[in-house]
Amino acid sequence: MTGQLLTREVTRAEVCVVACAEAWRGDGEILASPMGVIPRLGAQLARLTFAPDLLLSDGEAYLLDGDAVEGWLPYRSVFGVVASGRRHVMMGASQLDRHGNQNISCIGDWQRPARQLLGVRGAPGNTANHPTSYWVPRHSPRVFTGQVDMVCGVGYDRAAGLAYHEIRRVVTNLAVLDFETPERTMRLRSVHPGVRVAEVVAATGFALAIPGEVPETREPSGPELALIRERLDPGGARDGEVP
Amino acid sequence: MSGKGMSDKRMTVAEVIGELRPGMTIGIGGWGSRRKPMALVRGILRSALTDLTIVSYGGPDVGLLIAAGKVRRVVCGFVSLDSIPLEPHFRLGRERGTVELTELDEGMLYWGLLAAAHRLPFLPIRAGLGSDVMRVNPSLRTVRSPYPDGEDADGEELVAMPAIRLDAALVHLNRADRHGNAQYLGPDPYFDDLFCLAAERRFVSCERLVPTEDLLAGGPVQSLLVNRMMADGVVETPHGAHFTSCVPDYGRDEEFQREYAASASSPDAWERFRGRYLDVDEPGYQEAVS
Repeated sequence: MTGQLLTREVTRAEVCVVACAEAWRGDGEILASPMGVIPRLGAQLARLTFAPDLLLSDGEAYLLDGDAVEGWLPYRSVFGVVASGRRHVMMGASQLDRHGNQNISCIGDWQRPARQLLGVRGAPGNTANHPTSYWVPRHSPRVFTGQVDMVCGVGYDRAAGLAYHEIRRVVTNLAVLDFETPERTMRLRSVHPGVRVAEVVAATGFALAIPGEVPETREPSGPELALIRERLDPGGARDGEVP
Repeated sequence: MSGKGMSDKRMTVAEVIGELRPGMTIGIGGWGSRRKPMALVRGILRSALTDLTIVSYGGPDVGLLIAAGKVRRVVCGFVSLDSIPLEPHFRLGRERGTVELTELDEGMLYWGLLAAAHRLPFLPIRAGLGSDVMRVNPSLRTVRSPYPDGEDADGEELVAMPAIRLDAALVHLNRADRHGNAQYLGPDPYFDDLFCLAAERRFVSCERLVPTEDLLAGGPVQSLLVNRMMADGVVETPHGAHFTSCVPDYGRDEEFQREYAASASSPDAWERFRGRYLDVDEPGYQEAVS
């Protein structure tokens, strides 16, 4: 462990890695499916520290225990895991509303979109079957919008018949959000160190539930920082996602 | 049993394309930009076929067919080049309104193929409930479980995912024999067996045709994904998944994929790409990309 690496100031990206890791705390022996660089680092960090039973795939067909292949998980098997509920995915979101409805399909009218994006992918099935979190590397009113153009991931206002629906967290470059309000609308859970509540409010296109006292997102511990910097991401890919 | 007298199903790409008709619903195996039957797709590009409905875990197969004006409708959950997340020709087709879309959750697509493979009218699935997949597919129906759900006398409401029946399936595997037994040697079977089971006419292209007795030299018995009940024709198309991946025979040609993606930047760029790589036969294509 090199002292120089660890004395460098904690970056926003590193705070985000830990905030993503925290989403999987307590999940036990389930498949963690992170989409994006920082969610992946977060899931790996959680596995190496407080959530050692998590399963991680290489994004292809292998379950990996470090470098060792511990299982086979081709795409068709992922759908079985989804339906079994033993999975917690952290997806991206091009749009999110205050109920947690998520869009990654297209922007504008679905019939003839102004901009075609990925398509719904597995978002409807994910949100109907197991916990889902979201990662938004650039918190802005374009993403956090009053109404999404195409509901891919299902929000709380449309989840009445879905017994297994849960949106756990939304992690952004500014804050951590959740839905722990009586109405199940989006709440500011914590702001990252150096971010003011007013900044988050200004970057959100709808009214957030804001508690009287908003805590600060925790910083990485020394051992966590060492894992992120020296083992999981020595090349600094995290800084490309959150500068 | 020596297997003497079993059908020899070897065909050429042109013979496979000759079995297809305008307006057909065609399922294409692989996933994203992985193990796509691209030599057969290129055969369609050179043909007079139009008005096709393409069912796919979509990649450049979908983009190329749209760009060439072959597609009326795409049935999919996504279209992606993997290392390039958004398929540029699919994007253009959608944004210009030149292609219709049946947009499904990826698991719904799996279930629709499984229902067709099992000759069931539908299979229940939770995916789709509450989402706009129900809004943009107004023909989708839900079904209530006839069984009580714990305390609740009313069973759970589920999406009744209709069977996705295919007129034809096109898949590409690493090895096959002349009878239609086919083998994947990479880590993921994708849904190629289901595409075959869901289709009336099934065409398998492969990197290399081998004698039946040599199949197990290449991989374990579990790698024999398609058997001859599931295939009507077999075509040997070396490098036939190019530029998608076909591990372990070869990986994705990322440089060529970038060139393909750039062909969506203008009509001129597409015409140049088309002239150089698509207005030629398969040997001409392979020579141009080698």
